Amino acid sequence: MKYLIRGARLVGGECADLLLRDGAVAQVGTGLSAPDAAVVDAEGLVALPGLVDLHTHLREPGREDAETIESGSRAAALGGYTAVCAMANTDPVADTPALVEQVWRRGRAVGLVDVQPVGAVTVGLAGERLAALGDMADSAARVRIFSDDGICVHDPRLMRRALEYVKAFDGVVAQHAEEPRLTEGAQMHEGEVAARIGLAGWPAVAEEAIIARDVLLAEHVDSRLHVCHVSTAGSVEILRHAKRRPWVDRGPVPRLTAEVCPHHLLLTHELAAGYDPVYKVNPPLRTAEDVAALRAALVEGVVDVVATDHAPHAGHDKECEWAYARPGMLGLETALSIVVKVLREADLPEATVWELVARRMSRTPARIAGLDAHGHDPAPGSPANLTLVDPAATRTVDAGGLASRSRNTPYAGLELPGRVVATFLHGTATVLDGKACQ
Amino acid sequence: MTTHLLSAADLDAAAATALLDRAAAFAAGTGPDRPLAGRTVVNLFYEDSTRTRFSFDSAARRLGAGVVAFAVKGSSVAKGESLKDTALTLRAMGADAVVIRHPASGAPHRLAGWVDVPVVNAGDGTHEHPTQALLDAYTIRQRTGRVAGLRVAIVGDVRHSRVARSNAILLTTLGAKVTLVGPPTLVPRSGHVYGAGVEVGYDLDAVLPEVDVVMMLRVQHERMTSSFFPSIREYARRYGLHDDRAGRLAPHAIVMHPGPMNRGVEIDGGVADSARSTIVDQVSNGVWTRMAVLHLLLDGTLAENGTRAERRSQ
Repeated sequence: MKYLIRGARLVGGECADLLLRDGAVAQVGTGLSAPDAAVVDAEGLVALPGLVDLHTHLREPGREDAETIESGSRAAALGGYTAVCAMANTDPVADTPALVEQVWRRGRAVGLVDVQPVGAVTVGLAGERLAALGDMADSAARVRIFSDDGICVHDPRLMRRALEYVKAFDGVVAQHAEEPRLTEGAQMHEGEVAARIGLAGWPAVAEEAIIARDVLLAEHVDSRLHVCHVSTAGSVEILRHAKRRPWVDRGPVPRLTAEVCPHHLLLTHELAAGYDPVYKVNPPLRTAEDVAALRAALVEGVVDVVATDHAPHAGHDKECEWAYARPGMLGLETALSIVVKVLREADLPEATVWELVARRMSRTPARIAGLDAHGHDPAPGSPANLTLVDPAATRTVDAGGLASRSRNTPYAGLELPGRVVATFLHGTATVLDGKACQ
Repeated sequence: MTTHLLSAADLDAAAATALLDRAAAFAAGTGPDRPLAGRTVVNLFYEDSTRTRFSFDSAARRLGAGVVAFAVKGSSVAKGESLKDTALTLRAMGADAVVIRHPASGAPHRLAGWVDVPVVNAGDGTHEHPTQALLDAYTIRQRTGRVAGLRVAIVGDVRHSRVARSNAILLTTLGAKVTLVGPPTLVPRSGHVYGAGVEVGYDLDAVLPEVDVVMMLRVQHERMTSSFFPSIREYARRYGLHDDRAGRLAPHAIVMHPGPMNRGVEIDGGVADSARSTIVDQVSNGVWTRMAVLHLLLDGTLAENGTRAERRSQ
C-alpha cells in the first residue's frame, strides 16, 4: 500500500507532500505524484512523528475485562500513537522472556501499534530479587525498560543492583517513586482537601524522597534512571538540580529522564471532594501549585516526556467507595489534546507548541525506549510512523465513544483542542478520517 | 432534588437552628405525633455501633416510621454485595430514607448518588458524623443556653475523628470559637480547613482555663503501635482530662465525650461522673436530634430552606 499525503505542515513550519511506500517515507516535496497511491488530503493538518507512550497498561494477560492488547492498541492508534510501552503489572507479571514475548507477539498480530513490553524489575513485582532482566533484554521483545510500576523498588540495595545490572544491555529502570512506609493506606494527596474530606494522605515527600535517593544511586553507579509520572513541584526541583550534574550527559540518551502524565498537568486534588473514584490515581492529583510547576518543567525540559499512565479499570472497580476503588485513569485517546491545551495556555507560539509536542511525545520517548523505528520526523528513508493532526479542531470527550474497553476517563464532557485525523504505522494507515482502520 | 445530611457543612446556621429547635420540641413532647407513620427508614450499618444504631432506630420508631435494619457483615467489596447494588435494592424496596454508617469516608456521598431518597450520614470512615455534632450542639445549648460566642476545645485524636470534624464545622457555623488540641501527629497542621477561625494547639493545660466547653475524644490503642505517640500512659499524662487537670477549667465549663469512654486514658472517672459532665445527656439528646433530622429531611423542611449541599450542586 502506498499513500500520498498532500499538503501536510511539517513540524518546523513548511508544507510538503509525503509519499509513503514499503513502510518508509519515500519522498518529501511539493507537487509529488504517484498514480497508484491512495491520496490523503492533509491541507491544514500537522504531520507529527508518530507518538510514543512510555507508560501504558494494556491489562492483558489477566484483566481482559478492563482492556486487551487489541482494544488498547486501537485506543493508542486513535490517540495518534504508533508505539506504546506496555507495563509489566499484568497477571501473571511480565517478569520472564516467555511472557514479554507473548505480549510483543500479540501486539504484532493486532498490528495497530508497536507494543513494546516493559519488563518487571523484580520477580512478581515483589521487590525481593531481580527478574530475568538480561533474558528479557535478549528475547525477541528486546526489552530495554524495566519497571515494577505501581510498586516502588524501595529497597535501596536492590534498586542499586538493578540500575547497575541493566547497563550491560543499555537498559533503563523506570521507577514508580513512592516510599511505601509514608503512603500506607493513602487515598489522595496529603493536603487541605484530604484533611477536609477525611481521606488518608499521600504526601509529596514520599515521591520526592525516592527520586532524590534514586538520582544519587544512578549517578553512583553511572547508569540510566527514568522517573515515572512526576507529580510534585518538589520533584521538579530535585530533577532540575540533578540534571545539572555532568553524569547526566555522558551517554547518547540522557542518564536521567522523567515523565509527566496529562492528568497531572490539568487536574487538581479539589476534584476528589465529591468522592468519585474516577479521580483516584497513583500518584494522586495534587495542588494547583504542583500543576503550575509541572507545566513549567514540561516547557523547560526538566520533564523530558509526556506519558499517559493509561490505566483502564472495569466499571465495578470504580463504581464503589473511594477507598475500595482501583487507582488510575484512561489516557491514550486524550493525551495529545491535553498537551496541546496546556502548551497553548503557556502562551507559546503555535510552531513551538508543535515542536514541543513532537519532542515530548515522540522523539524523546522513542530514544528512551530504544525504539529506533519511531520518533522520526518525515524525511526520505525514515520509517513511516506518522500522525496527522488537525490543530484547529476541537472535540468534546464522550466516554462511551472511546475505543478502550473501560470508561474511566476524568475528561468526559470536556472540550479539548486538536484531533487525530490519521495515523500510519510502518506505512500502513491504522487511523483514517479519525476512525480506526480495523 | 433530594436533600441529604452528608456533612455538617451541609447545614447553615438557620438550618442547624431549625433542627435544634425541632429536637427541643420533641424532647418537650410538643413535636408532632408520629409524623412519619407509614414511612420506612433503612438502617444500613457497615460498622458495629450499638449506640448510634439504637439511637437512630429509636428515633425512627418514635416518629412512627417502620425500621428495616440492613445488617451488613463485613465491609469489603471483595465479599458480599457492592454498595451500588445494595443501593439499587433499597430503591426497589421503596425505602423513604437511608441511614448509613460505613468505614470508608465518602460512602454516604456515593450512596446518595445511587438512591432517590434522603441519605443520613451516621458516621463515615475518618470523615464526618453530622448527627453527633447536632446532638452535641443541642447538649451545649441545653446546658449553657447558647452556642454562639462560646469557646470550645476538642481534644485528642482529631485527625482520625469524624466526631471532631463535624463538631468543628457545625459549632463554627453556629458561632462558637473552636480550638483543636492534641499531639502534633494527631491534629491538622492548620485548623482553617475545618472552619474559619478554628485554631490548633498542642498544650492542653494552656487551653483549658480559656474554654467554656471541652470535648474529649476517644483514643484508639492502635495509634500507639503506629507511633502517633509513644504510649497510652504518656498520652494520658499529656492529653487526658484527669481529675487534677479538670481543676484548671472555669467553674461553669462543661465536659463532653461522645462515648464510649476509655476511663483513665482520655478522661478520668471523677470528671466523667461530675456535675460538669454531659455524657449521659448526650445519649438521650441523640434520640431527639435524630428525630428532628429524619423528620425535617422527610417532610421537606430542610429542602425548602435549602441546605448548602443542594445549593452547591445547582
